[in-house]
Amino acid sequence: MPLEGLGAGLAADPLLEFRGVNTYYGDMHALKDVNYSIGRGEIVSLLGGNACGKSTTMKTIMGVVRPTTGTVMFDGVAIEKLPTSERVRRGIVPVLEARRLFPRMTIYENLEMGAYTRKRGPEFDDDLDRVYTLFPRVKERRSQLAGTLSGGEQQMVAIGRALMAHPRLICMDEPSMGLSPLYVEQVFDIIQEINRQGTTIFMVEQNANMALSIAHRAYVLQTGQVVLSGTAEELRENPMIREAYLGEMQV
Amino acid sequence: MTAVDLFLQQLINGLSLGAMYSLLALGFTLVYGIMELINFSHFNVFMVGCMIAMLTLQAMGLSGQTVILSGAPLVLTLLAGFAVSMVLCGFIGVGIERFLLRPLRNVKGPAAMITTIGVSYVLFNLVLLTLGSDSKNFPNPLPPVVFPIGGAVLRLREVLIWITAAVLMLALNYFTRYTKLGKAMRATAQDAEAARMMGVEVDRVIMISFFIGSALAGASGMIFGLYYNLAKVDMGFAAGLRAFTAAVLGGIGNVPGAMLGGVLIGLIEALSAQALGSAWSDVVIFSLLVLVLVFRPAGLLGRLAPNKS
Ligand SMILES: Nc1ncnc2c1ncn2[C@@H]1O[C@H](COP(=O)(O)OP(=O)(O)OP(=O)(O)O)[C@@H](O)[C@H]1O
Ligand SMILES: [Mg+2]
Repeated sequence: MPLEGLGAGLAADPLLEFRGVNTYYGDMHALKDVNYSIGRGEIVSLLGGNACGKSTTMKTIMGVVRPTTGTVMFDGVAIEKLPTSERVRRGIVPVLEARRLFPRMTIYENLEMGAYTRKRGPEFDDDLDRVYTLFPRVKERRSQLAGTLSGGEQQMVAIGRALMAHPRLICMDEPSMGLSPLYVEQVFDIIQEINRQGTTIFMVEQNANMALSIAHRAYVLQTGQVVLSGTAEELRENPMIREAYLGEMQV
Repeated sequence: MTAVDLFLQQLINGLSLGAMYSLLALGFTLVYGIMELINFSHFNVFMVGCMIAMLTLQAMGLSGQTVILSGAPLVLTLLAGFAVSMVLCGFIGVGIERFLLRPLRNVKGPAAMITTIGVSYVLFNLVLLTLGSDSKNFPNPLPPVVFPIGGAVLRLREVLIWITAAVLMLALNYFTRYTKLGKAMRATAQDAEAARMMGVEVDRVIMISFFIGSALAGASGMIFGLYYNLAKVDMGFAAGLRAFTAAVLGGIGNVPGAMLGGVLIGLIEALSAQALGSAWSDVVIFSLLVLVLVFRPAGLLGRLAPNKS
């Protein structure tokens, strides 16, 4: 029962769009006729329980899995057939589930890997400065092996690594996963800050409370289908969301 | 020769064998590190490399140990031998990867490994049919210069082998540590999917690791020829097995581990041959391997459970 009306509709000037996307793993139908529309400058959150296709959505955007049918549009161009490296070059950049830093490379080398598709030069230095300003701790630890960091520190590096790609769209897969509440707050503040500086954000979250507190809009996924979408406010009010994701009982 | 001299002599021999095994072990470890594939075709890429080096040296007018060179001609001839066998082996490796292994990339199970065994036999039989099974006299243009160290002798060929191996390993180390492509290789080995999502073209990285590994096998083949003055179609099995053992001993997938493992296997082979007779060296090598793996299953420098999620 998709919501009708303003917030549920399409973004006026979408940066990323899914049009009727179906993704399979063999016989497993992981995404079923999915439509998303992420506007420029928005924070859009994708909510849903375990194994409903959230990470598959991210992998479909990055081109690690390919949709069987349907179109993925980025900046007005169909990208579903492009290789992952080309998508990164166009500014679609992931912050991966469970961070996935390169554990036996230094933090600095991890940041360099973020900038893999770019040339060295003043822009690289500017972005490095930006990351170090945002995360002074990352700067302090830059020659330490990434595998030796705490989970929270790793998340900072993972976000920094994404910024090094000079992203137009950051796709975050559960940025709060496994972090202490203090770090979760911090990470969400930083996501908001990055968004204010002009980067569009598409964020998978199980922590619906936190996600809806910073997102402009959200989609709810259930067994591979979008069952609900709307503005963050609309969804916070929605009884089904309150019960299923915000941990409140219906009275 | 006193016991000390004998020991010293076997140390010298062992280091030369070790240089050869290290270079060969690196090919196993590079490919395993990235694809978790044991590449059995590596055994005979090494043999083909030795044959290519032999043919190259013969084409430049050398035959057996009768033509001795010195100065610039010597250096240039040796460089040409190394360069031709390394480059051709590199391309053979790339061809194996591109045309035989890439189509199997997403096939689960032992298909890719079985393919490498098949390729190994094809290479073996190609050489058998074209060059025959006899033991060949590998050209060696080095002047018979020896440096006595006590009662032991250090020959010019040993010095040359050590320098070549050291230069190649330092170059590889520089490449993986400091170049963009080398970093992409390390990143791919640690987490291929994450590397792909940083924009790394993983297929290209795999191809390059095959090129480098196979080129090092080519260098190792030339070193084998210079060390033993012979080339033979079945030379790949014993040397390849020891190099593979070296890679496992050092921790397969681990580059410094392969270097260390190779040197250790070379030393063990030479010293045990001295102490117990060469028939025993395999027994000692493989017993030690088993012992090390019992106490350190991931090898001397390896880590258990690669960090993957
Ligand atoms: N490589 C794969 N091969 C086969 N099935 C897969 C693969 N990856 C995911 N799946 C299946 O697809 C479904 C969706 O997986 P996905 O990882 O997208 O879920 P998710 O919403 O991210 O879950 P979680 O909250 O646990 O991270 C699951 O049933 C999963 O088992
Ligand atoms: Mg997931």
